[in-house]
Amino acid sequence: MSVAVPIILATPLVAAGVLAVLPGYRVSASVNMAATLIAFLAAASLLAWRPVTGRYLLVDDMNVVFIVLNTFVGFTASVFSASYISYELEQGRLSPGYLKFYHAMYQAMLFGMNLALLANNIGVMWVAVELATLATVMMVGIYRTSAAIEAAWKYFILGSVGIALALFGTILVYVAARPVIGEGSDSMVWTILITRAQAFDPSLLNVAFVFLLLGYGTKIGLAPLHAWLPDAHAEGPTPISAVLSGLLLNVALYALLRFKMLLAANPAALAPGPLMIALGLASLLFAAFMLYSRRDIKRLFAYSSIEHMGIVVFAFGMAGPIGNFAGLLQMTMHSLTKSAIFYSVGHVAQVKGSQRLADIGGLTTSHPVLGWGLVAGVAAIAGMPPSGVFMSEFLIVGSTFAREPWLAAAVALGLLVAFAALLMQLAKIAFGEVRGATGPVRASYLPMFAHLAIVLIAGIFLPGALVRWFQHVSEMLG
Amino acid sequence: MHGFGFDVAHMLAGGLVLVSLAMLYQDRLYSLLNTLALHAAVLALSVAWQADIQDAPHLYITAAIALGFKAVAVPMALRRMVFRLGIHREIESVVGVGFTMLAGIGLIALSLVVMLPATTHADPLAREDIALALSVVLIGLLMMVVRRNAVSQVAGFMSLENGIVLAAAGAQGMPLVVEISVAFSVLIAFIVIGIFLFRIRERFDTVDVQALDRFRGERR
Repeated sequence: MSVAVPIILATPLVAAGVLAVLPGYRVSASVNMAATLIAFLAAASLLAWRPVTGRYLLVDDMNVVFIVLNTFVGFTASVFSASYISYELEQGRLSPGYLKFYHAMYQAMLFGMNLALLANNIGVMWVAVELATLATVMMVGIYRTSAAIEAAWKYFILGSVGIALALFGTILVYVAARPVIGEGSDSMVWTILITRAQAFDPSLLNVAFVFLLLGYGTKIGLAPLHAWLPDAHAEGPTPISAVLSGLLLNVALYALLRFKMLLAANPAALAPGPLMIALGLASLLFAAFMLYSRRDIKRLFAYSSIEHMGIVVFAFGMAGPIGNFAGLLQMTMHSLTKSAIFYSVGHVAQVKGSQRLADIGGLTTSHPVLGWGLVAGVAAIAGMPPSGVFMSEFLIVGSTFAREPWLAAAVALGLLVAFAALLMQLAKIAFGEVRGATGPVRASYLPMFAHLAIVLIAGIFLPGALVRWFQHVSEMLG
Repeated sequence: MHGFGFDVAHMLAGGLVLVSLAMLYQDRLYSLLNTLALHAAVLALSVAWQADIQDAPHLYITAAIALGFKAVAVPMALRRMVFRLGIHREIESVVGVGFTMLAGIGLIALSLVVMLPATTHADPLAREDIALALSVVLIGLLMMVVRRNAVSQVAGFMSLENGIVLAAAGAQGMPLVVEISVAFSVLIAFIVIGIFLFRIRERFDTVDVQALDRFRGERR
């Protein structure tokens, strides 16, 4: 039995407790980084040694992808957070008391997400997603400005409703499983559910999936359930925006995919594809057009997250080996690129003292490293070759075109609209006359460039082992 | 299964839907909170009855939590909050009572139409329970949509949670882990909401959520 899984779960939990009482900014930021690094190393070891699946915890090829990505971005975000937060402390936007709270909540959130990804019990998975959500709600409201409180309130209310619907769906899955598997916790263990799913009552599974799609879909940020997402991204601390976009959306998506696999295992149940395609396409088109009229830099990229989650859900809805492969790749690339963008945006907003796009201009002139980093990130997220995002989007459009040309046209339209919008906004931010403060920036560039390098390398050359791994997961997804 | 036990369970679940509807037309905060307490008490009865007929003693714990925490503690705390904030006046409702009630009835019809055909193979007890629970959930959602006041939104959210607990109790043999976590999440939810209410108060001297809309980031 491997010790990696207990380490992944226990480290954030212990760290949350320690950080809640630890005084001093420097020490707690280092502890935060150390804890996330330990969790990442433990997660990486899962690639080599796989523990036995138990009744409560599960490690298979699919969630290893998510867990490694999760702990990796969790680690880089904590590195970014250290420099970001020190500035916030100096500016007096955060008091030392709130800083303890912030660090403790950061670890609690990571614990929730790791648990959700590792859980083999659909009830435990739900609890974990709920825990992660509550932790992020607290962090979104941490600045206690009126806008931050409104964002947190909205996030909380919409998130709770979403999570409540997801629980209702989870209960329905249990009701469907009970006549087949029997009473008790066996009927909530995912590995047991999937082997017996073909015998479940299909109509009950259908209704359950609708609730799960709406419930977890709220957390994924699918239009029209996305209203919380831009506010929560814009008003919270930027490390949290990075983690929200890069990780929490993925965790909700992961939960949805697990249930989609249950449905796929039952031949009589409705095909989840068309529902996911419709919601995904709606999010993509809606967000793509919304990108034009943004006035706040963090909101801009929040809408871009909605757009990309729409693409990912669309790809998983199309399914098939290529659709799932592209979905996985797109999700991974989006996590890495979007968090890199937020690492840059965080420092930009700090140095300019504003998040309004009108106050930010000519970044490549005034702050070359930060500015070009942002340019690289936005170019990658917009889908310019040779980034990894280009490759996955190309795969999605290409494979869709072979099967449903009209759908492919709609996706291509959404992608082009978003592409143009992002480049238009980027031109104003990064080039042209310098607007806003031009003071020196004290940033940690390493997390940003590490992510961008991975995205670039993935776009040029994907290692064969990784491709086979993703292909295998795609087959699991059906 | 269509015995006395089934009838009583059915009646209690139906009673919960009725109280949900009653919540929709309460136009004063205090009476709304009283109805919320009644809602939780009916839930507690219903869950306790399920515990009896399913021979599942752990459900008594869920019932006790519903009674002690949701029917007594939370409404009392909310009352105190309402009193301290001095907002025990009328609730403004976004749409009229008549329309809201009609919408509520429509939602009940919808949930029956959706759930009853879908659950033909489940056992009848769970079947009725889940259909009624869904109505409670949907009415809770409706309540959150039509009310602007933060306290009544909280009440709507709690009635929504009650519906989910009803569904969980009706699903026979659902593991205890989940029930405790449901109750626990309500607790956390309340703490979070409580903090928010006070923060909202600190900033705006009102708990009217509409006042918050002025501070949307985009309109700065």
